[in-house]
Amino acid sequence: MSETHRTKQARDRWNWFWEWANPVKFMSLSGKALPWVAAICALTLIPGLVWGFFFTPAAENFGSSVKIIYVHVPTAMMAINIWVMMLVASLIWIVRRHHVSALAAKAAALIGVTMTLAALITGAVWGEPMWGTYWAWDPRLTSFLILFLFYLGYMALWGAIDNPDTAADLTAVLCIVGSAFALLSRYAVNFWNQGLHQGASLSMDQQENVSDVYWQPLVLTLVGTSALFVLLLLIRTRTEVRKRRTHALETRERMADV
Amino acid sequence: MIALLLRDMRLGVRSGGGFGLGLAFFLIVIVLVPFGVGPDSEILARIAPGILWVGALLACLLSLDRIFQLDYEDGTLDLLATAPIPMEGAVAVKALAHWLVTGLPLTLSAPIFATLLNLESPGHIWVFLSLLIGTPALSMIGAFGAALTVGLKRGGLLLSLLVLPLYIPTLIFGAEAATRGAAGLENATPLALMAGITAGSIALLPFAASAAIRVNLR
Repeated sequence: MSETHRTKQARDRWNWFWEWANPVKFMSLSGKALPWVAAICALTLIPGLVWGFFFTPAAENFGSSVKIIYVHVPTAMMAINIWVMMLVASLIWIVRRHHVSALAAKAAALIGVTMTLAALITGAVWGEPMWGTYWAWDPRLTSFLILFLFYLGYMALWGAIDNPDTAADLTAVLCIVGSAFALLSRYAVNFWNQGLHQGASLSMDQQENVSDVYWQPLVLTLVGTSALFVLLLLIRTRTEVRKRRTHALETRERMADV
Repeated sequence: MIALLLRDMRLGVRSGGGFGLGLAFFLIVIVLVPFGVGPDSEILARIAPGILWVGALLACLLSLDRIFQLDYEDGTLDLLATAPIPMEGAVAVKALAHWLVTGLPLTLSAPIFATLLNLESPGHIWVFLSLLIGTPALSMIGAFGAALTVGLKRGGLLLSLLVLPLYIPTLIFGAEAATRGAAGLENATPLALMAGITAGSIALLPFAASAAIRVNLR
């Protein structure tokens, strides 16, 4: 068996995945998936939040302020995961030139920046009763603020360039370089100041974990927020694809007029 | 490539308001700080390394859009792209020229301006050393940002929004190295980490920057 034949076979095995890159296929698949994702989101996020807000005991030393954890932790988790997703989408765009991938990265940025802002604000609201301050230059807080700035720069670059392909290329390059520097900042900030923030609360290490009463609804909200992201991402990407199509139609009409 | 370096340096020094402006801006920032925080020499001496670093960083930012913008407008960049030298080399040389015209004068003048902020004597050498190691990274990262925004009509503000977050790690390690040095503490770790950032930027960012320029020239 020759080398080229084998790689072709390997490519065939992943075809089901790359089919998504075809805008027509993506539109039909995502259209079918949309109600299911919405259902998963509604079935996990709403019960999770209700359970967390109304049916968990107020914690010792924390009072009922502990309940903000059900917004703070999922949004903070998504803020980082969405940037990673954008990085992967940017790499796919650079390597394989699939337009849906670039559009998905563009669509994810606004959701990501919202999640980052939500995590920062809920953190500030929570920090006031707990640490006695809305803001401290703690490593985690600082690195989230830096992540927020990276999102802003990324979105500003998308907004500034008219040609969609140029914009997709340049933002992808920025996303890759930015990821390296965001990671560097994360460790630089750690080095710069020791913080107030607690360590990991959801690690596998049971010593540090929050107790089960809080943990169970938190898992629900985590799943729910992830589903919410996928839902919003699909909707926004579909809008972007439609926008592209409208633009193409308009251009064609203008050409016909001339 | 040496010809390109000399040409860029000559343009940087002679074209109106590029060369002296950065230094003058740096001086003004340093002068403004005591007006803002008060003339207490103890406070000034304590924050001096950080102020010098932030000032140098902002002064460096001022002249970034000059790296590629004029060459893009008059077509020199197209010629460089088709020239027999690799684009990555041209980008690195242009960043080096930017450093020689901007970063090096800032580094040399920083110990002198530090006197205005009542910095004690071991501090001068550390501010100088940390800037000497750190400013090449600022020029290289800036060249990458300039490459991203070269095709835009009014890219100046966007350029700062893109570049300043990328400057954060260099600033943290640089200011930390200078502050610790001035306080007589051990500062080999931040200095080494900053040198690592500089070396990494010089090694990798020319590739990213020239990829961005190729996209912009398309």
